[in-house]
Amino acid sequence: MNSGARVLPDWVLVFVIPSLLGLVLGGCGRDAAVQTEQSAEPIGILNVSYDPTREFYAEYNQAFAKHWEAETGQTVSVEPSHGGSGKQARSVIDGLAADVVTLALAYDIDAICNQSGLIPKDWQSRLPDNSAPYTSTIVFLVRKGNPKGIKDWNDLVREGVEVVTPDPKTSGGARWNYLAAWGYVLKQELGDLAKLHDPKQGQAVAQAQAKAKKFVKELYAHVKVLDSGARGATLTFVNNGRGDVLLAWENEAFYSINKMAKGGQCEIVVPAVSILAEPSVALVDKVADEHGTRKVAEAYLKYLYSPEGQAIAAKHFYRPRYTKSVPEKYVEQFPKIELFTIDDVFGGWQKTQMEHFDDGGAYDEMQNP
Amino acid sequence: MRRMTGGQRQDAAVTEPRWIRRLLIGITLAFLGLFLLVPLLVVFAEALSQGWTAYAHSFSDSATWSAIRLTLLVAAIVVPINTIFGVAAAWAIAKFQFAGKSLLITLIDLPYSVSPVISGMIFVLLFGRQGWFGPWLATHHVHVVFSTLGIVLATLFVTFPFVARELIPLMQAQGTEEEEAARVLGASGVQMFWRVTLPNIKWGLLYGVILCNARAMGEFGAVSVVAGHRASTNTMPLHVQMLYEGGCDLAPAFAVASLLAMLALVTLVLKSVLQWKTAQQVATEEMGWTGD
Amino acid sequence: MRIRFRERSVLPGFGLTMGCTMSYLSLLVLIPLAGLFLKSTTISWEQFWTTVTEPSVVASYKLTFGASFVAAAINAVFGLIVAWVLVRYSFLGKRFVDAMVDLPFAMPTAVSGIALTALYSSNGWIGRWLEPLGIEVAYSSLGVTVALCFIGLPFVVRTLQPALEDMDMEVEEAAASLGATRLQTFVRVILPTILPALLTGFALAFARALGEYGSVVFIASKSEKVVPMLIYTKLEQYRYAEAAAIAVVTLAASFAVLLFINLLQWWSRRYAA
Repeated sequence: MNSGARVLPDWVLVFVIPSLLGLVLGGCGRDAAVQTEQSAEPIGILNVSYDPTREFYAEYNQAFAKHWEAETGQTVSVEPSHGGSGKQARSVIDGLAADVVTLALAYDIDAICNQSGLIPKDWQSRLPDNSAPYTSTIVFLVRKGNPKGIKDWNDLVREGVEVVTPDPKTSGGARWNYLAAWGYVLKQELGDLAKLHDPKQGQAVAQAQAKAKKFVKELYAHVKVLDSGARGATLTFVNNGRGDVLLAWENEAFYSINKMAKGGQCEIVVPAVSILAEPSVALVDKVADEHGTRKVAEAYLKYLYSPEGQAIAAKHFYRPRYTKSVPEKYVEQFPKIELFTIDDVFGGWQKTQMEHFDDGGAYDEMQNP
Repeated sequence: MRRMTGGQRQDAAVTEPRWIRRLLIGITLAFLGLFLLVPLLVVFAEALSQGWTAYAHSFSDSATWSAIRLTLLVAAIVVPINTIFGVAAAWAIAKFQFAGKSLLITLIDLPYSVSPVISGMIFVLLFGRQGWFGPWLATHHVHVVFSTLGIVLATLFVTFPFVARELIPLMQAQGTEEEEAARVLGASGVQMFWRVTLPNIKWGLLYGVILCNARAMGEFGAVSVVAGHRASTNTMPLHVQMLYEGGCDLAPAFAVASLLAMLALVTLVLKSVLQWKTAQQVATEEMGWTGD
Repeated sequence: MRIRFRERSVLPGFGLTMGCTMSYLSLLVLIPLAGLFLKSTTISWEQFWTTVTEPSVVASYKLTFGASFVAAAINAVFGLIVAWVLVRYSFLGKRFVDAMVDLPFAMPTAVSGIALTALYSSNGWIGRWLEPLGIEVAYSSLGVTVALCFIGLPFVVRTLQPALEDMDMEVEEAAASLGATRLQTFVRVILPTILPALLTGFALAFARALGEYGSVVFIASKSEKVVPMLIYTKLEQYRYAEAAAIAVVTLAASFAVLLFINLLQWWSRRYAA
């Protein structure tokens, strides 16, 4: 029988081995050690951003690293993460350890705040201009020569026009696109958007809203492909050659024409009226405190408002808030468009998200034939 | 009973006319060339499309190196664990008779039939913040989803049948006689395993390990679901996707892809060598037995 | 009479290895899969049904099953030819060709995905010849089928090779001596013998194609998604319960195919005996 060499019975090992496994694997999952800001040790932060900002933050991160090193002697490396704004917000809620978030709209940051408590409720007032250091708007990108003759929003629903826009459920830009289209119809119908707040115009407003809903529904009937983020939609339009018109962030449209290999085959068409898009930024307090990166993360966001930060933003086609120290050529490149805001026309993001983009909202209703 | 293998001189009656043979060989080469060889060549062609300097430059990126390191780390964790499991499972299944054996084999085969996306999703459902263990993990500051641990778990799931499925038929074919003889002659369990079992299964074991490693390094779908879109949790396949969808130039994506393609080729070479060795081993055993 | 769980054996280590195996399997496989099924039950049966019968989801099933079936069928035909050639003929470079058959198995799916897309897109090596003919492979269901062909090939060939190698020459010789032409011999003698293996290979390729993600996600058109891509999109939108519901349906389909394979192998064992 057994030579007696083994002392431990088999079943003990049955528990020991999986436990050891668990410890090994658990070691993998531990948070990175808390970084000390005081010492000159290198420090790293994660910036969870939306889709089109890749090139902008690549340059900005380098500039900020230089600035921070000059100021404090500490080396900082900023790790970027890009994707559709809504999707990125949900990732942070689900545990993606962002030190700062630089997303496409305030609502996505509010969502992080409400659903995870990682950001305090007063985040928006902590930085100037409602925490939006740059703005943008929505324009059209069409094929060179504009073969389908697209001039304004109503041309998008013409027969045979295929529209490319990302998915409002994951992308921030997609929601700005939708609202810009909706707002256009309201402006067409009412003439003066101030009427929206005039109780005596109730019936006219209701009719205009109904027309707007019909228009946007038809607009989405012309959409065949929904990418998860704005950059994906740009690639689908420019590189894969799909569609006749791309509804894009102004900065995306400029980027495509100037920087993409096939950009020369496209041109920008500026609609008469569009929406003022304000991408917001915020410190993720709980995460930054856990990592010990609060000081550098706060400085990172503040630097966006500095002359250098604003210049880099303008260079990458984002409309800067402070144009004083930004080179002329970057300021002049932005076309003049009549812009309305989400607060004026839609009553703010909370209301808009609930009415239009949440489950069961107007967008979902449009999906039904 | 005579078996047919390619090298034998063939009887005219049991073989096809020459032109048919030529045609079939031609079809084979054309089909395999078109479907297998050309895509492989495209990877290298696109990687080098901007020239050798640009190709070398793609690897100077710290994000790329981080991806390579992570891939190697994951493989280094996953392959040994699954090898131990594979050997244990094969031992239990091949050398003993018990109830529920075929059920166990089916369970082991499970990841083969589950889509990689679903493989990743089950861990998100379990360990994501909204998952079963989410709150518990959050209070203990353990990150599974969007971190290395999640990638390791998803890769463990996807690769765990490889070693087991290689060893089970092999050990079943070898039977229990040699091990029983060793026990009767007084060997302890460890001695018996080390000196009798292991030498018999070594080529099959290595074969399974190579396959497991190839899949562990190349896994994409499951890892894509579990990892975040950030450089520090990108394995090489995820990094390839990020570079590919990044926009302008595709060459960097193909440069990293070419590394993975080379890994695939090395895997194929090792596979061939091991298959040949196994065939040799089987042949010598057969020759040994006909001596009885 | 006592009923034993297992037969007595001289060999040690059953408890240890079985225990290891069972705990590992439970932790890694059973519990996570249970989680999946439980998640899909968090929505009502009605919602489950609406989710899995939504038009876009049904279109996705059609595309996935259709493309997988066609790809597996193509692989069955060409895989048979390849296996035949590898087993029966000798030619220069045969060893190389034999090793290459496993390439789709060894290659990371993301790499295959971008390679095939680059190859068949409108300025790719093959795509540029097809575009003037009006054939669009990249970003279409045709591209999906091509990608699924790529990844399923080894399954057919590697299942057929042992079956062909095990074939008894004497039966073929007997048929020949009885006056059958080579073609008749093939259709009436050889094909029935290897049919189980062929069907098994087909089913394996089919099952693998159903769940394929990496090779397909780059070449597929974003408006026509295969089921794994659809599940991925639902996850991106954080609609976990819906994703779980679709996953459960997919798993049920895969298990049906697995069952079919097992039945085939049982049938072929009976038939052979």
